Amino acid sequence: MTTITTTAPPRARKLVGAGRRQWIGLLYVAPAVALVMLFFVIPLGMTAWMSLHNWPLMGEHSFIGLGNYWAILRDTRFWNALRFTGYYTLVVTIAIFAVAFPLAIFIERPPPFTNVYRTMFFMPAVVGFASASLLWSWLLNVDSGLFSPAAYDLGLIDRKFNLLATFQPAFWSIIAMVVWKVAGFTMIILMTGLQSIPQDLQEAAVIDGAGPLARFRAITLPLMRRTLALALILSVAGSILAFDQFYIILRGGPRNQTLTAVYWIFNQSFVSFKLGYGAALSMVLLVILVALSLVQLWLLRKPEGLD
Amino acid sequence: MAQAISARGKLAARLARHSTGIIASLLFVAPIVWTVLSAFKPAQEARLPPLPPWPTTGFSLENYQTLNSFGDGLWVSAQNSIYVSVMTVILSVIVSVLAGYGFSRFRFPFKDLFFVLILSTIMIPFQSILTPIFLVLTKLGLHNTLTGLVGVYVTLQLPFSIFMMRNAFDAVPREIEEAARMDGAGNATMLIKVMLPLVWPGVVTIALFAFLGAWNEFLAALVLMTDQSKFTLPVMMTALQSGRFGAIDWGAVQAGVTVMMVPCLILFLALQRFYIRGLMAGAVK
Repeated sequence: MTTITTTAPPRARKLVGAGRRQWIGLLYVAPAVALVMLFFVIPLGMTAWMSLHNWPLMGEHSFIGLGNYWAILRDTRFWNALRFTGYYTLVVTIAIFAVAFPLAIFIERPPPFTNVYRTMFFMPAVVGFASASLLWSWLLNVDSGLFSPAAYDLGLIDRKFNLLATFQPAFWSIIAMVVWKVAGFTMIILMTGLQSIPQDLQEAAVIDGAGPLARFRAITLPLMRRTLALALILSVAGSILAFDQFYIILRGGPRNQTLTAVYWIFNQSFVSFKLGYGAALSMVLLVILVALSLVQLWLLRKPEGLD
Repeated sequence: MAQAISARGKLAARLARHSTGIIASLLFVAPIVWTVLSAFKPAQEARLPPLPPWPTTGFSLENYQTLNSFGDGLWVSAQNSIYVSVMTVILSVIVSVLAGYGFSRFRFPFKDLFFVLILSTIMIPFQSILTPIFLVLTKLGLHNTLTGLVGVYVTLQLPFSIFMMRNAFDAVPREIEEAARMDGAGNATMLIKVMLPLVWPGVVTIALFAFLGAWNEFLAALVLMTDQSKFTLPVMMTALQSGRFGAIDWGAVQAGVTVMMVPCLILFLALQRFYIRGLMAGAVK
């Protein structure tokens, strides 16, 4: 399989000296290209190929054309998962920005202690999603956790309340956990955008009598467009692919109401072992994300007239 | 008079700012501290709600010992995680430094194609190609091996780390290289003795991201590692937390989460400069 990477025999015999030395570059990049071929390009092609097959884990696979895709159209549970994923993405992105933007403005001020605050806010972001989910599954536990027993001890509730038993509290618990984990990350991205705004522009606006809100709307937001777009895309792409927190904390429950798209693909492929069908579902997800990447490239384009 | 008022106003503003800062900091750090402290409770106490978070009936390492008795034990999973993360760091650094140097300093056929190909993989979610990756690993005889997992993790790091390293090499003036070549340095000597020290900050950054990525990754490890003796920490802890080894021992969960978090936090605190730098490089481009 790796032969693909080495299909560049020294055809151009004319090259001499410095010219021929350039070919060595191919050797330097060969391991990287080989890995990408092996673990990305080939699997990508295989996903497309498998999606046209009935492909069980054991036994023969058979070509069924677009059969899997027709099945997806009727798979209400997949569309429910996709709808839930969209809803989650919308809510969590708004929540993350609502927390991260004020934090970014907060840590953009001069010292003292600004760096300490920045480090503190950022700490949950270096912890993995799996660790964070395990941690919160404990805090959210009705008997041994923190929230429910603490509320009970404080007299806020009459009897212990299981946050994970019904949809609304479970969903908002996940939102709280993700905001806690991700806000610091988004904050740093937004901070780079704030720092790139020339200080004299703000000062000139102050002299012209613009209030803080007017300055934010007329200067900060437009000049941060690319950074905002980047933070937005990272948040949206990450949320569409959400899996760890729903698998670890909720197992897709209560009553399968929090199955995300990736979770559904995981179930079809690695629990039911319908590999062909899972591949077709993956293709749908892939198209959504590639479309998103194209939107990203458009949003991140350099502003006209500048640089 | 006016001065006194404005001084008092300034003080009030500063007070408001720092109380906000301290409260927000506590909110972000509290869950981490809560877990680390609770893990030191004796098993009996760890089962109760963590109020207060610190041990009240004596300091104990019982939870860590219990954790080691589940399945193949904490230590096996920790070793797996360490192996996978360290190998991912070493290999992704080697591969990315070579590729970054190649892309920065040489002209060869398909150069732009290869570069775009590697960078564009960032658009494809690996979650959608896990099944074929599983089949490719089986074909290679790497099915259910930590080595196979390392291969996948290294590949996931490549778009970011090659981009980083290419930029790092681009920033090194060509005169330095030419001077070294005059002194008779060959390609290998050039890269290791002359170039590497100059791009060292970039290497630390990609190493840090590779470690955190591999140490924290969950879904691929869950799908690709089917044998309990190959579980990495997140997979093993999830098995434990789902009650696969009997009743859920929350004390053991706290201990396990602590083991999973502490290396990340230490590395981040020690190398924060490089981490932020990596994020900025990603954000600015």
